[in-house]
Amino acid sequence: MAEHVSKLRQPLVPEDRTYKQMSEDVLDTLERKPTKAWLAGFSISVLFLTIGLIVIGYQIATGIGVWGLNKTIGWSWDITNFVFCVGIGHAGTLISAILLIFRQRWRTAINRAAEAMTIFAVACAGLFPLIHMGRPWLAYFVFPYPNTLGPLWVNFKSPLLWDVFAISTYLTVSLVFWYMGLLPDLATVRDRTKSKFRKAIYGALSFGWNGSTRTWHHFEVLSLILAGLATPLVLSVHTIVSFDFATSVIPGWHTTIFPPYFVAGAIFSGFGMVLTLLIITRKVMNWENYITVGHVEAMCKVIILTGTMVGLAYGTEFFIAWYSGNPYERYAFVNRAFGPYWWAYWTMISCNVISPQFFWFKKLRRNMTFVFIITIFVNIGMWFERFVIITTSLHRDFLPSSWAMYSPTWVEIWTFIGTFGLFFTLFFLFIRLLPGIAVAEVKSVKRYGQKGDKPVNVIA
Amino acid sequence: MKKDFILATFEDDRHVLAATKKARDKNMPIFDIYTPFPVHGLDEAMGIKRSILPYVTLVAGAMGLLIAIALQVYTNAIDWPIIVGGKPFNSIPAFVPISFELTVLFGAHTTVAAFLALNKLYPGKQPHIFHPEQTCHTFIMAFEKNSVNAEEVSQLVKEFGAVEVKEESADVK
Repeated sequence: MAEHVSKLRQPLVPEDRTYKQMSEDVLDTLERKPTKAWLAGFSISVLFLTIGLIVIGYQIATGIGVWGLNKTIGWSWDITNFVFCVGIGHAGTLISAILLIFRQRWRTAINRAAEAMTIFAVACAGLFPLIHMGRPWLAYFVFPYPNTLGPLWVNFKSPLLWDVFAISTYLTVSLVFWYMGLLPDLATVRDRTKSKFRKAIYGALSFGWNGSTRTWHHFEVLSLILAGLATPLVLSVHTIVSFDFATSVIPGWHTTIFPPYFVAGAIFSGFGMVLTLLIITRKVMNWENYITVGHVEAMCKVIILTGTMVGLAYGTEFFIAWYSGNPYERYAFVNRAFGPYWWAYWTMISCNVISPQFFWFKKLRRNMTFVFIITIFVNIGMWFERFVIITTSLHRDFLPSSWAMYSPTWVEIWTFIGTFGLFFTLFFLFIRLLPGIAVAEVKSVKRYGQKGDKPVNVIA
Repeated sequence: MKKDFILATFEDDRHVLAATKKARDKNMPIFDIYTPFPVHGLDEAMGIKRSILPYVTLVAGAMGLLIAIALQVYTNAIDWPIIVGGKPFNSIPAFVPISFELTVLFGAHTTVAAFLALNKLYPGKQPHIFHPEQTCHTFIMAFEKNSVNAEEVSQLVKEFGAVEVKEESADVK
C-alpha cells in the first residue's frame, strides 16, 4: 500500500498499480474466454428473457385483458414496473453527471457500470408503456408527426406525453454520454489486443480515437456540458413521471410533494440496485482494488440520505392528508396503512425507512455481505412503494360499490421477470464486451490521496 | 500528405507536463501530445484555445427551446385547438416540461455531433498511432520537424525524462 498524505484523502486506488497494470486489470477480461460463472449467469438471464419475450408475444396477440386489471384498478403492475425501472436508472446519471459537477473523483471507478445500468433500466422501463398500448405497432402515434388524420396532434397538455419526451430524451442523452466516455477505453482495447478480429471491431467502435491532447481538451469540456445538461434532465425525468399521478384528481396522487419525493426515491432505489450489481461485479471481476470498500461506503451514505428523505416524505404526506381536513384524502392514506393492502405499505416502510438506518454504523457500511442484503431490501421496498402509491390509491375509489381488489396474473409476473432477464442479459454482455471500468479516468485519479499527487514542475 | 515528426516518449505524466511547460517557455511549437488519459493542466500548458463547444450547446439549446414552443403553440393553439382539462388553448405552464426536454435533447446531441466533427472522429476511422501504447501507458510528445530545431528538442525532452526520442514521417489526419 502506498504512503498516505492525509487521512481525509484516502487513496482511490489503494494498491499502487502502474498505468499498464491498470489497463491489464480492467481490460484483460475482454481478451479471455468467458468464465463458467459468467456463462451460467448469462444463460439464466437469456432463459428469462426468452420466457419474457414469449409472454409479451402472448399478451400482445391476445390483448392486455390477460392482465389482472379491472374497471376500478386500471393501472397496476405495468406502471409500477415502469416507474421502478426508470427509478433505478437514476443512480447512474447521478454518479456520472451530478458527482462530476461536484468534483467527486471517486465516481470514476463506478460511473461506467452505473451508467450502463441506467441505459438498460430505461430500455426495460420503455417496454411497459409499449406493451400497455396493446397495439405496439402504432407506438409512433405518441410522437407529433405531420399526418393526414385531421391533422391530429398529440395532446401536449398531458403528462403522459411529457413522459414520452422525457424518457426519450433521457435514454438518448444517457446513451451518447456513456458512449462518448467509452471512446478512449475502446481505443485502448483496440491498441492492446492481439486478435485481428477484435482490433477491427474495437477500431470501428472507437471512432479513431488517438489520445491527442486537443481531443482530450474538447472531451473534458464535452463531459462537463453533458453532465450539466444531464443533471437537470435526471431531476426532470422523475418529476415528470410523478406528474403522471400528481396532475390527476385521485386522492393519494393529487399532491405537490410528488416531484421531490419521487426523485429522492429514484436515487435511493438506483443506488440500491447499483450496489447490488457492483458488490457482485467487483468480486467476480477481481476489481476490489478499483471499486473499493470506500466506494461502497460512500454509496451507503447516499442511501441513508435518500432513504431518510423518502421516509420524511411518507410522514409528510400522511400528516398533510390528515391536516388537509379532506375526508377522501384522509381515507386514502388510512386505507393504505390499515386497509386490505396494509402488508404492502408496511413492507415499503420497513424496507425503505428502517433498513437503511443500519448504515449509520461504519462497521455495517463496510461489511459487504450486510450491505448486499440491505440493498436487496431497498430494491424490494422501492418496488412496493410504487405498488402502494398506484394500486392502493385506485382500489377504493369514489363509489364503494365499485371498490375492488387487484392481484397480478401469471402474464404480468412473467413479463416482469422477463424484463429482469433483458436487464441482466444486457449487463452480462456489457461486462464481457466493453470496458466495465472507465480505465482512462481511473488512471487520472491514480495518485489521488497519495504522495506525488501535487503536480511536479521540475524533475531533478 | 506525409510530414516528418520528432517524437519523444515519456512514461510519466508529470514529466511530460513539465517538458511541455518548458517547451512553451522556449517558444517551441508542439504539434500534439498523445496521452492515455486527460493529464490535468496539459491543455493549458500547450496553449490550446478554449473549446467552442459551450457556445454550440447554447445555440443548439436555444434552438431546441424555440422549436419546442413553436411546435406546441402551433399544434395546440393554431392548427387544431382543443380544450383539454379546461385549460386555455395556449397553455404555457403545460408546455414547460416539453420545452425543457427539447432544449436538453437538442443541446446534448448537437454538442456531441460538434465534438465528433471538431476532432474528425467517426465510426471506422483509422487513426495514425505513433506508438501502440499511447492509449495505454505512454505519453508521446510530437513536434513537426521543420518547425523546430531537432537538437534543441532532443536535449530538452531528455532533460525532462523522455525515455526515447525518434523521428518518423507520417500522415496524421
